[in-house]
Amino acid sequence: MSSRRYGPLHGIWAVANRELIKWYKVPFIMGISLVQPVLWLALFGKAMNLGNLFTSSSLQIPGLDLPSQVIDELGRDIMLRVFGVTDYFSFLAAGMLSFIVLFMSMNSGMSLIWDRRLGVLNKLLTTPVPRSNLVIGKSVASVIKSLAQASVVLLVAVLLGMRFRAGLSALDFLGTYLALFLLSMGLSSLFLLLALRSTSWESQMMIMNLVNMPLLFTSNSFYPLQMMPWWLRDVAVFNPITYSNEAIRGLLLGVPGVNLYLDFAYLAAFAALFTGLLALMARWMLSR
Amino acid sequence: MPEGSAAIVARGLTKVYGRLVAVDHVDLDVGEGEVFALLGPNGAGKTTTVGMLTTLLRPTEGTAIVGGYDVVREPDMVRRVIGVVPQEYTADEDLSGWENLMFMASLYGIPRDEARRRAAELLEMVELSRFARVKVESYSGGMRRRLELAMGLINSPRILFLDEPTLGLDVQTRAAIWSYIRRLKDEYGMTILFTTHYMEEADLYATRIAIMDRGRIVKVGTPRELKDSIGGDVVTLNVDNMAAAKEVLRSAGIDAREYDGSLVFKLRDASTALPEILRALMGSGIQVRRMEVSEPTMDEVYLEYTGRRLRDAQASSEEAFALRATLRRARS
Repeated sequence: MSSRRYGPLHGIWAVANRELIKWYKVPFIMGISLVQPVLWLALFGKAMNLGNLFTSSSLQIPGLDLPSQVIDELGRDIMLRVFGVTDYFSFLAAGMLSFIVLFMSMNSGMSLIWDRRLGVLNKLLTTPVPRSNLVIGKSVASVIKSLAQASVVLLVAVLLGMRFRAGLSALDFLGTYLALFLLSMGLSSLFLLLALRSTSWESQMMIMNLVNMPLLFTSNSFYPLQMMPWWLRDVAVFNPITYSNEAIRGLLLGVPGVNLYLDFAYLAAFAALFTGLLALMARWMLSR
Repeated sequence: MPEGSAAIVARGLTKVYGRLVAVDHVDLDVGEGEVFALLGPNGAGKTTTVGMLTTLLRPTEGTAIVGGYDVVREPDMVRRVIGVVPQEYTADEDLSGWENLMFMASLYGIPRDEARRRAAELLEMVELSRFARVKVESYSGGMRRRLELAMGLINSPRILFLDEPTLGLDVQTRAAIWSYIRRLKDEYGMTILFTTHYMEEADLYATRIAIMDRGRIVKVGTPRELKDSIGGDVVTLNVDNMAAAKEVLRSAGIDAREYDGSLVFKLRDASTALPEILRALMGSGIQVRRMEVSEPTMDEVYLEYTGRRLRDAQASSEEAFALRATLRRARS
């Protein structure tokens, strides 16, 4: 037995696979976690149809007799300038992809806390799986779940009327998934990092609830950077969600002025930083 | 002394938590193929010792070689050759017994085909084949223990660590678990180190026992040696002439006392020494009507070396176990 060789990635898939088996055995949880983003999409996205604000039907200024054509044109122009697309729904839908990824990835730490509480972790720590791979495996599982859920959200968005840019190619989808993958890897690792020493799922839940909304609202998920006050914009430029949103909007919706190199570089750095930190910290924080 | 080469060697193994010395300079020599027991009450440092030997805890001081590898410098090598059955139930409740075993196998990088064969074989051995596809959450305590045993054996370890393998189980289930362990031992010839606070278990199943108390090993030996070490077997004789018999015994260097109409004395190595004593008594014309030889119990051994009875410590650990079980349930 001792002659068996182990590669540097030994155990990552084994650990991830266990999480995934547990996940797809309970479709109920899968469904539950989709409720929030789909509600945002269907209710908020459809009701807050900003594009409608700037059409001849809502812009009726007494005494000012502009032809409706001009107003519609003006409206489109405003939408394009602010959002980069003419319909807000598509803008929001792209943002919801990062939202579901955030939502799912945050849960990554919980399974580690349960494993610790129930003694499973002690068992895992006596197997030849390196400490770093034990946690990275959990991160990987979290990423796969996130991407699966994001696919469902994307499908729902398309069914509800999300419109892609003209000349869309498979490469754009590939890029979208790459952006979501990097975002999810970074977030999953971050939340696992917070759970490395914890035995309290209550405090982990608190952290999750605490950072959930701020992370979302300090990004460009709901509104573009240009609309933000300067102080919020200064925060938003550090938020990785801002970068994944921008990349995805550039790729899928054709929003102009997107610097894809910057977006992917930032996301890659974010993912690498926290995955690296997680692997490093696991080495000594999991051993006592 | 150890048979064959050493499977576990520890020298001055120490673990300190703040100001609490949990394990205090423990020396161990466990030979290949031995069944070695760490006997002691809750808080004696047994689990901490096992934790260090299984690379879970980093020793504050001292060294340990397990399966030929240093637990601090080559922990990954140690992990390959050991199997661990911890005190807690570590199987994933949301998965079936089969899935748990396959998961463990994948952690050891065992190829799928081999893992399937091995899992089926182990489930058969611990008589869980019928429940292989059932979720662990509906297993009884005894079934869980058996599954834990199978999980600890998935990698065909050379050295198996069992931390309180029968804690919280009823008497019949405990006996059943031990019959599995013995069968596994016969079949695979592995070295086994187990901790227990049940003296009968240590007495019945261990080739050697180390008595632990307050972080220290106070005495090591075979069950026989330990019992002999406190002065041999207890002999009770019923004779017709008590005073004359006492005199004969005294000349043989035995100090007997009268108790309840009989003569009672401790005798080292009674099975060979007693016939001679009987011959001496009969030679002096004394009639021996009845004779009884009883071994000292491990409880007496424990009392001798720690100044306490183990029974007192038992209740608290059962309580702790029940508490943990309740906590688990709170999860769902």
